[in-house]
Amino acid sequence: MWQRSPIRTIECLNLYRPPDMPPSPSAVVAARGLEKRYGTLPAVRGITFDVRPGECFGFLGPNGAGKTTTMKMVYCVLQPTAGDLSVLGMDVRAHPRRIKARLGVVTQDNTLDTALSVRENLLIFARYFDLSWDVARQRADALLDFVALTDRGRDTVEQLSGGMRRRLMIARALMPEPDLLILDEPTAGLDPQARHLTWQKLRQLKRTGVTQILTTHYMDEAAALCDRLVIMDHGQIVAEGAPDALIRTHVGREVVELHGFAGDDDSREILAKVTEVAGDLADQYEAHGDLVLLYTRHGEALLRRIRGSTIGIEAATLRQATLEDVFLRLTGRMLRE
Amino acid sequence: MKPLFWPRGALRFWQRNVFIFRRIFPESIAVNFLEPVIYLLAMGFGVGAYLTTIGGLPYLTFVATGLVSTAAMFGATFECTYNAYVQMYYEKTYDGAITTPLGVEDVVVGEILWGATRSVIYGTVFLVVIALFGVVRSPLALLVPVLFFLSGLMFSVIAMTFTAVNPNIDYFPFYFALFITPMFMFSGVFFPLDALPAWVSTATWFAPLSHVVHLSRALILGTVGPHHLRDVVWIAGVTAALFPLPIALMRRRLLK
Repeated sequence: MWQRSPIRTIECLNLYRPPDMPPSPSAVVAARGLEKRYGTLPAVRGITFDVRPGECFGFLGPNGAGKTTTMKMVYCVLQPTAGDLSVLGMDVRAHPRRIKARLGVVTQDNTLDTALSVRENLLIFARYFDLSWDVARQRADALLDFVALTDRGRDTVEQLSGGMRRRLMIARALMPEPDLLILDEPTAGLDPQARHLTWQKLRQLKRTGVTQILTTHYMDEAAALCDRLVIMDHGQIVAEGAPDALIRTHVGREVVELHGFAGDDDSREILAKVTEVAGDLADQYEAHGDLVLLYTRHGEALLRRIRGSTIGIEAATLRQATLEDVFLRLTGRMLRE
Repeated sequence: MKPLFWPRGALRFWQRNVFIFRRIFPESIAVNFLEPVIYLLAMGFGVGAYLTTIGGLPYLTFVATGLVSTAAMFGATFECTYNAYVQMYYEKTYDGAITTPLGVEDVVVGEILWGATRSVIYGTVFLVVIALFGVVRSPLALLVPVLFFLSGLMFSVIAMTFTAVNPNIDYFPFYFALFITPMFMFSGVFFPLDALPAWVSTATWFAPLSHVVHLSRALILGTVGPHHLRDVVWIAGVTAALFPLPIALMRRRLLK
């Protein structure tokens, strides 16, 4: 279990301030000061973002950060409490039905119709969009092929594996040929093979020009799919940018991990020594339980210097900085439930 | 003013239910036939052997013309309690449907329409069986399915209202024990209501089923009079008055 350590040399910097963006007419989704409260409980607290045509835009954040609530407002199932939100150039309060007619939504929970077969799920869904049976059949067959479920068309939903159900959810969302695809944790709970297959399909879709919004708490997923992303925490956006740029801005290029701190008073001394030895080679420090992270642009040199010193450390390793470092830096390491 | 629902959306959800029902159609209808036959044999020939006539009618005729409405009530009620709850809560069918142009209101109305449709199917099968038993005396009986659509809407609206606020599937027995069963017993199906103490008789006026039984008996026997209009108005009025309730409650439940 992660716990906030008593030793914490650098406070988590929250430098991000939402830019005072003018509404952009070309944006697929434009949110300005968007808020959602459940009673008095705030879920989303004034967020501002633009999703541009053709991009894959990610929402990252720990559980309870407000990602799903934001998604539900975008796909017009929840009304915003305050602020402006336009989707495909239409106000969500004024035209929910017209907006929804042009969206494909993959909800966090599978909402497949278990009374229907795999193929029928696509057909009936198409009817909700008022498509003719002919068009529905054509698209269903093409999409079953796209998500590699052609030979499972007659099966019941219960006969599908978790990965297949997720792919069926994606195929179903694509039935109306949406202008915007919204994916709320598209690969949660899938095994690595199923995740990679899903990613491949999503990238393939992106090449056809479908704008995508996705939420995830898998950092590798965000890095693999998103052109730009925001990190949300406690209902607010704490960072925004392309994955690479976020890593560079918030943690630098490399990370030296030092393991084996006891987390008691002694370690405070050891940490002091580490910072002394590292000197200006490390840009930032962070201590979490038995782990100390040194963010640096000179990984090799820093590692050599620490190994050459007299500090008693179990293991020191050098690795590339990842989005996960950004995420944990910005949202802290407290367990969210 | 915003319309209460989108008719085409409600129709699409109703069509989904028809699509699913089509598959179990023959079996479902066969079971539907069995139930009235059992009832009529037990009530008509069992009880009827001791009670020969009620209000000048053979007991079999009296019971059959009332039971037909009960069948219609159960058709709508099961659809909009257990079936609706399972789809809403466990299968998340509604959550999926409302990501399309359909709104919660369209899904709820689609379900209510489907409940009414089930009501017509159940009730009409029962009607055919009692016709075979020689109970039907008037061509006005052809209007009974229309009555069942209307009463089916009413029972569906009431059931959906309970389903929308029901916290747990285990609470449905309360709905049946405290509402459906007493109504089943005290709506003039098995004995005439005027045999009851005056206050009970008055209380039964509030039981929706009593008005349906009153009408179905009159249509099947051809004894319709102007006073039957009051029953029609009662059913239509209650249905219209309660109609927005399940929509509002279901919206509150699903949209969070």
